[in-house]
Amino acid sequence: MDETRRSQLPGPQPIIGPGHTFGTITDKISSIVLTRTAPFPWYVAAFVGFLLTMVLFYSLGYLVVKGTGIWGINVPVGWGFAIINLVWWIGIGHAGTLISAILLLLNQQWRTSINRFAEAMTLFAVACAALFPLFHTGRPWVAAYWLMPYPNTMGIWPQFRSPLIWDVFAISTYATVSLLFWLMGLIPDLATLRDKTTHPALRRVYGLLAMGWRGSARHWWRYEKAYLLLAGLATPLVLSVHSVISFDFSIGIIPGWHATIFPPYFVAGAIYAGFAMVLTLAIPLRAIYGLQDFITMRHLDNMAKVMLVTGLIVFYGYTMEVFFGWYSANEFERYMIHNRMNGPYAPIYWALIFCNGVVPQVLWSKRVRLSIPLLFAVAMVVNVGMWLERFVIVVTSLHRDFLPSSWGMYYPTFWDWSTFIGTLGLFVMLMFLFIRVLPMISIFEMRTLLPEAKAKAAGGR
Amino acid sequence: MSSTTPYGLMAEFHDADALVEAARRTMDAGYRKIDAFTPFPVHGLAEAIRFKDNRVQLLVLAGGIAGAVTGFGLQYWVNLVAYPLNAGGKPLLSWPAFIPVTFEMTILFAAFAAVFGSMALNGLPQPYHPVFNTPRFALASRDRFFLVIESADPKFDPQATRAFLQGLHAHEVVDVAH
Repeated sequence: MDETRRSQLPGPQPIIGPGHTFGTITDKISSIVLTRTAPFPWYVAAFVGFLLTMVLFYSLGYLVVKGTGIWGINVPVGWGFAIINLVWWIGIGHAGTLISAILLLLNQQWRTSINRFAEAMTLFAVACAALFPLFHTGRPWVAAYWLMPYPNTMGIWPQFRSPLIWDVFAISTYATVSLLFWLMGLIPDLATLRDKTTHPALRRVYGLLAMGWRGSARHWWRYEKAYLLLAGLATPLVLSVHSVISFDFSIGIIPGWHATIFPPYFVAGAIYAGFAMVLTLAIPLRAIYGLQDFITMRHLDNMAKVMLVTGLIVFYGYTMEVFFGWYSANEFERYMIHNRMNGPYAPIYWALIFCNGVVPQVLWSKRVRLSIPLLFAVAMVVNVGMWLERFVIVVTSLHRDFLPSSWGMYYPTFWDWSTFIGTLGLFVMLMFLFIRVLPMISIFEMRTLLPEAKAKAAGGR
Repeated sequence: MSSTTPYGLMAEFHDADALVEAARRTMDAGYRKIDAFTPFPVHGLAEAIRFKDNRVQLLVLAGGIAGAVTGFGLQYWVNLVAYPLNAGGKPLLSWPAFIPVTFEMTILFAAFAAVFGSMALNGLPQPYHPVFNTPRFALASRDRFFLVIESADPKFDPQATRAFLQGLHAHEVVDVAH
């Protein structure tokens, strides 16, 4: 196979296939959108996503009618799936902004072909995440005055000293800034679609969305300035969001939660989970749409390396949790670790160590990083592992804390599972709708990767 | 403006180098009301047409400061003015706890300033612009590079300017209608 042969050549892999011009890049990416039909797998994925979205709507509707009692949450485990899934989804949502902002500032050009759909993935993951705390309140419409500071007739204000309110601000800011970043990156590509489509109605729609973008040199200058500044703003933001999420745990005095390692450990976990999800999406997409020239083995290899590094940081976090448990000489911390490893949820803990600690070590091998089926399998294992991690953190600490008389067990119910699987469907459906109507790879940034995009006359006068 | 006067003249180029060089020579020839259009940001082009604008950065800075003041001010006002609640004699102005919200608001306002500020400075959304009247301009979002000299330029002369642009090895020079 051509691809494997190329991947065995010495030197760094190309980030774009050979033989491309500005025109072929434009045609290839825009043709995915500007077509009457979609490939068969698109219909399958969108349909399955739609069905599961209906399951989600039904589950949420039933929850609103009956209350949160339909979930498995109770004293002492009041958080359960709602918070596990919130943290899992938000973590997945971190890769998009990391790729588009941090890798932009680090001048990593390989980010270009994956940033657009990774950003879209971020938006949809954050949307799925936000559903959980909102419906965890049981009455999302009443939650407005618990969460948002607005002058109401009851004179009630949110508690600004609570990490849960920091969360509201962090997640809503993150969602807004990610959306702005994504929309801003889309403007020049929407202009391309406007100019390329032959359908009058589509030209009108894309024309409205492109807002009259004409590629003026003055506009590009301000655009690039603003985009770079936005990347600079999004970088501390993305690090702050999962830090704030980890404060939800670490500000509390529950054994296993009250640890200073939480913010960096959560941020690394978020990047780890996010890259696993980007790989989970990128591998099938490049096969379905024949994008091997744009998402090359170099991209998959780099993402695998990021996963390996962040996976090691996460594993260091697990090790430190055990060490702190012992070194604190605190009987509750020690019992918490003992309970995690040997208690009723021990199989989940060991599955987590296997998924997040053991399996990713195969990524040290270049053969594995360059084997698409193996890489996909590792990414799936990490997706599962990160979910198990959040389960272990939320449940094992809460179910047996200080007083043995208030110990209890947590078992998810049918509705916990249907809501969770429903959000997976919502995510898949939104993702595939996005791919159908908007260019999934940034066309104008791909053009800049070609050698002829660099004006030789630049600089010297 | 009368309908007979065109908006300007548009020259088409096939690569970024030729455009940057043409833009520089056009500026050197004394034309000022010119603009270049490219399918991606071409570095060196803004310098070639002697364009610089630092207002985006200033807007973002102003947005960030406004966000920080709003974020901290909101929490200050709620906790000290609107509903001061004495819990165990703890300070009302417990500022370390107010930092996360202040930080998020700083980023939020600065990001708004970056996006909407740069859009406003670019004069977008702008549904109509004369350059779109040229059929080949659709390629400006694909793989072609364009240079426009406006008829409002004091040095503009329909014949002489056209000859000048053709002398820059333009692929094609066309009138841009209003």
